[in-house]
Amino acid sequence: MAVVGVLALQGSFNEHIAVLRRLGVKGVEIKKPEQLDNVASLIIPGGESTTMAKLAQYHNLFPALREFVKMGKPVWGTCAGLIFLANKATGQKIGGQELIGGLDCTVHRNFFGSQIQSFETELSVPELASKEGGPETFRGVFIRAPAILEVGPEVQVLADYTVPTNKVLDSNSAVEMREEKNWSEEKVIVAVRQGNLLATAFHPELTADSRWHSYFLKMASNVLEEASSSIVAVGGVDLSLNKQPKNDLPIFQ
Amino acid sequence: MADTGVVTVYGNGAIYETTAKKSPFSVKVGLAQMLRGGVIMDVVNAEQARVAEEAGACAVMALERVPADIRAQGGVARMTDPQLIKEIKQAVTIPVMAKARIGHFVEAQILEAIGVDYVDESEVLTVADEDNHINKHNFRVPFVCGCRNLGEALRRIREGAAMIRTKGEAGTGNVVEAVRHVRSVMGDIRVLRNMDDDEVFTFAKKISAPYDLVMQTKQLGRLPVVQFAAGGVATPADAALMMQLGCDGVFVGSGVFKSGDPARRARAIVQAVTHYSDPDMLAEVSCGLGEAMVGINLNDDKVERYANRSE
Repeated sequence: MAVVGVLALQGSFNEHIAVLRRLGVKGVEIKKPEQLDNVASLIIPGGESTTMAKLAQYHNLFPALREFVKMGKPVWGTCAGLIFLANKATGQKIGGQELIGGLDCTVHRNFFGSQIQSFETELSVPELASKEGGPETFRGVFIRAPAILEVGPEVQVLADYTVPTNKVLDSNSAVEMREEKNWSEEKVIVAVRQGNLLATAFHPELTADSRWHSYFLKMASNVLEEASSSIVAVGGVDLSLNKQPKNDLPIFQ
Repeated sequence: MADTGVVTVYGNGAIYETTAKKSPFSVKVGLAQMLRGGVIMDVVNAEQARVAEEAGACAVMALERVPADIRAQGGVARMTDPQLIKEIKQAVTIPVMAKARIGHFVEAQILEAIGVDYVDESEVLTVADEDNHINKHNFRVPFVCGCRNLGEALRRIREGAAMIRTKGEAGTGNVVEAVRHVRSVMGDIRVLRNMDDDEVFTFAKKISAPYDLVMQTKQLGRLPVVQFAAGGVATPADAALMMQLGCDGVFVGSGVFKSGDPARRARAIVQAVTHYSDPDMLAEVSCGLGEAMVGINLNDDKVERYANRSE
């Protein structure tokens, strides 16, 4: 089972499939519920979570996705995918949107504001660096990104981000953050893991650094020990990270 | 992206903080990447924006008049009233785009100030500067620009556009020009891919595009930014046609809210873009959508060609 499903309703699914291909793993597009039967792990890409939720609803994907999560199969959500996996999301559209749930946390949708507030930053990622090697930081691309305000006891925090005080935040997010006890006011969580669920608020699929993808693939292969040998490329991922492309552009297929 | 090399300051330092606050090009392109596989709809008020959001549009374009009305009523078409854009922004959670006139960088500054997510420097509005486009490197907000062929696309990207849409012919409900422009871009890229590296210099000269971007396009095998289709898409089949021709997504202007049943048609077009390669699904979503918008036949020379307003 060396194939990974990528939810392909809308958003950056091509980018995820391209990164998987670079790691020697096949990514398949998932657009219908029955296609989930053929994959052992799933990536929910970035995109407009409202749009993706609508499309998932039209095709009755939510029951199948919830079942997938409940069976303990590895699922990774980036940005919109994180919102999908969260048990609770704030800042939604009028009438709300359907979620898959499973990840014990509260997510604030579009936490950082509009596109002008989108940014790039070097995140400290100790867990990732210890498992996958490479530098201690990861280039996080945040695009109208959500942030995790609150996590349950079983959730492991993999990365957080200190919001610069001059950053303009919408007022209600500041209020909600004050209710938080464990973190100082300006810190938000941007990457978490709970069992076989992985979630990042930023977009590793837009960068040349594929460590998050190989981290996820290892999670997937640990679940299927019997099949672990079939995901050959994972163990041998070449971490010579100096092969960064010359320019800043995202990697298109 | 070599955008660091181009820093032009307008109005004697009016935008002096550009270097300090500039968003990297990757972040600008990033939002466009998040819109891939989606539909961006023209809306003229908050209710329409809500309809579009509920139908699953991945962004809305806030306008005072849809292109079909601009065509019918004539007159000078300008940037939308910022108040209206703010109302639309409040009504929805999806990204909100707005149009600025070609070359009118102050309209773009205003749009940036009210926090729109993307600015469309659009030929659908009356041109403000017949010679120059906006220097889009000076802005933190990303831009989408129209093109009819590969050369035009790469010139816009060099000016700082982070997303490209083929122009088509807005407000006509006629997809013929959209097909022509997409075919032209895709055809040129196919020619470029098979070209010897030595020939790229002359090719760049021929299409009047910067050599480095032409070479990058050759290496990537596609435009270096996200490419949407626009101008004349009126049915789910039109939208799927654009996707099958290789576009990353679709703009629908007058096609939705000038039709008999906007909510239903909007939803059908969104589904058609997701399932663009599945004829069974396309057949299903195309059924019983009510009246499509009235189209304009483009064989008539009297119909003004918006696409020709800029080079």
